[in-house]
Amino acid sequence: MHGHLLTAKNKLNVFASGLLRLGCLAGVLLLCLTPLAFAQTPTDASSAQPTIAQPPSPNPPTAVTGRDFPNDNGGSIIVSWTPSTDDGAGLKNVESYHILRGTAPAGPYDTVGSAAAGQTSFTDANVHAGTNYYYVVAAVAMIPQPGGAPKAVFVQSDPSPAVHGVAQWFHTRRLNALIAVIVLCSAILYFINAAKSGKALFIRKIAGLEAVDDAVGRATEMGRKIFYIPGTQDMDEVQTLAGITILGRVAKVAAEYEAQLEVPVSRSLVMVTCREVVKEAYLNAGHPDAYNENSIYYLTDDQFGYAAGIDGLVMRDKPSTMFYMGAFYAEALLLAETGNSIGAIQIAGTAMPAQLPFFVTACDYTLIGEELFAASAYLSREPKLLGSLKGQDVGKGIILAIIALGIILTSVGALSMRTSDPDKLGGYNIGQYFDVE
Amino acid sequence: MRREIPTFIAFFVGIICIVQFFIPHWPFGGMVNTFSDWFGLLQAFAIWLGALNLIKVSLERSFNKKSHDRWYGIVVVFSFLLIAIIGLFFSGARGFQLAGTRFDFLYVNIYTPLSSTMFAILAFFVASASYRAFRARSWEATLLLVAAFLVMLGRVPLGDTLTGFAPDGYRLSDIASWIMTYPQVAGQRAIMIGIALGVASASLRLILGLERSYLGGE
Repeated sequence: MHGHLLTAKNKLNVFASGLLRLGCLAGVLLLCLTPLAFAQTPTDASSAQPTIAQPPSPNPPTAVTGRDFPNDNGGSIIVSWTPSTDDGAGLKNVESYHILRGTAPAGPYDTVGSAAAGQTSFTDANVHAGTNYYYVVAAVAMIPQPGGAPKAVFVQSDPSPAVHGVAQWFHTRRLNALIAVIVLCSAILYFINAAKSGKALFIRKIAGLEAVDDAVGRATEMGRKIFYIPGTQDMDEVQTLAGITILGRVAKVAAEYEAQLEVPVSRSLVMVTCREVVKEAYLNAGHPDAYNENSIYYLTDDQFGYAAGIDGLVMRDKPSTMFYMGAFYAEALLLAETGNSIGAIQIAGTAMPAQLPFFVTACDYTLIGEELFAASAYLSREPKLLGSLKGQDVGKGIILAIIALGIILTSVGALSMRTSDPDKLGGYNIGQYFDVE
Repeated sequence: MRREIPTFIAFFVGIICIVQFFIPHWPFGGMVNTFSDWFGLLQAFAIWLGALNLIKVSLERSFNKKSHDRWYGIVVVFSFLLIAIIGLFFSGARGFQLAGTRFDFLYVNIYTPLSSTMFAILAFFVASASYRAFRARSWEATLLLVAAFLVMLGRVPLGDTLTGFAPDGYRLSDIASWIMTYPQVAGQRAIMIGIALGVASASLRLILGLERSYLGGE
């Protein structure tokens, strides 16, 4: 019995020992095979897991602040920030900045605009005055992706302190304009009152306006039409108003001379206004029956369509007199040259500097700039209107004096600094801007 | 009242426009934009006046057998109706101006070439006007002729080739630049200052109601 037990025990020990050895062998084999198994992994392309180093994201911009946009109605805030250290330096991967706005520090934030890399400010022009806003600026970088398109990465700054837009009661940068307006208006009003009180005012002759009566008379003698072109702009252009004012005087003379006046226009509102003015002029001239509403008609709003229409009318009707009074663009020369080609007497007036040379070249008389605005006063000879011209001249004199003073001071300053010791001028040497030996 | 109300409106709007230039605070700030919007609305309604007037005048010409403008009237009416009908009924309810529509076809193939032609004619008119302007009939015209000659020659390579012997700063291109930078700019600025003052003066007359002839009165 004991022998059987011992034999059984021995067999168990042998079995256990065998298992242990097998386990150890398996473990050793596993340890040995594991590197081999891993070493074979790259050969399986379909299950490859490449370990590409990801480019790091850029650093965020810092010190984001907002301030009220000066001299506005409180509807704008200027957002400023210190650019990311990776903007133009470091990783050099910042491509732009996105500006986000929220009404609480924790958000939510909405994008309100963007700025190019290198920029350090942005004006948010769509805020409500008095409302507190918080701004966050995000640096945007395009991070390459393995096997795909680059992905935009946004790295946000901390929120700015609260800021709100404030409406200002005075535009401080327009103080000089206010002074100029006050001085000019005072001069004009003074001379208007002086003219009303009977003071004689000298106004120089304007040849173009002196010729109006002759030009209309010529049309009557030749039995041909007068064409009046009040520019190509609408009633919100002061030149158009000036042109229509002169039309009233021309229409009155035409009514007195019984000449045919035709006014093709390019704006509907101008047509209506011209009809009123011409009708009134004929009435004042004592010839209301001679007024023909259809002689003032609309052609087109289109610039070159209008020019083509008038050129066609001019070539067919061959008017003896043509007036161009108002705002003109490229059509100016098309009109004036066509009128010139048929031998019409032409009087033009505009305040468009680029078109003045064309009118001067192609027309018999040209009202240059301010003369267009002076025409109504000149033709009517009303004291209060003439007074405004004198006031205008005073303004011109003041500007001339300021220009002369500026020239003298600049010249004296430049000369004195060139000959002085730069150190005595606070280190500023204007001579560096001149070719000084 | 026929003149007083428009005069008051002109005064009110003019003063507001001046005030808002200096006071950006509500209610003045941005009022110019509001007025501008209103003017846009007026323009939009007024376009019907112009269109109807164009049709009326053109139809009268078309039916007047003695008028030498008769055929032009017919062409205007036909073109007007064609573009209006195509745009309204045959180019889609919305986006008639988009590329590929019939309206766009007419715009690109008729309107644009016609406009370009008119603009191109300008080149010939500039040549004829220049010829007249540069005839040396007076000393001013002669001065203009000489200045223009120097500027034109100085703006092309031939100018510097002809004056290659001259030191830097004295070649034709330099002379042309000097003329354009100093005498030309000075003259233009003088005109601009005069225009600015004229506009200010005319505006003041309109705002104060001194100038009311544009309303149909003296």
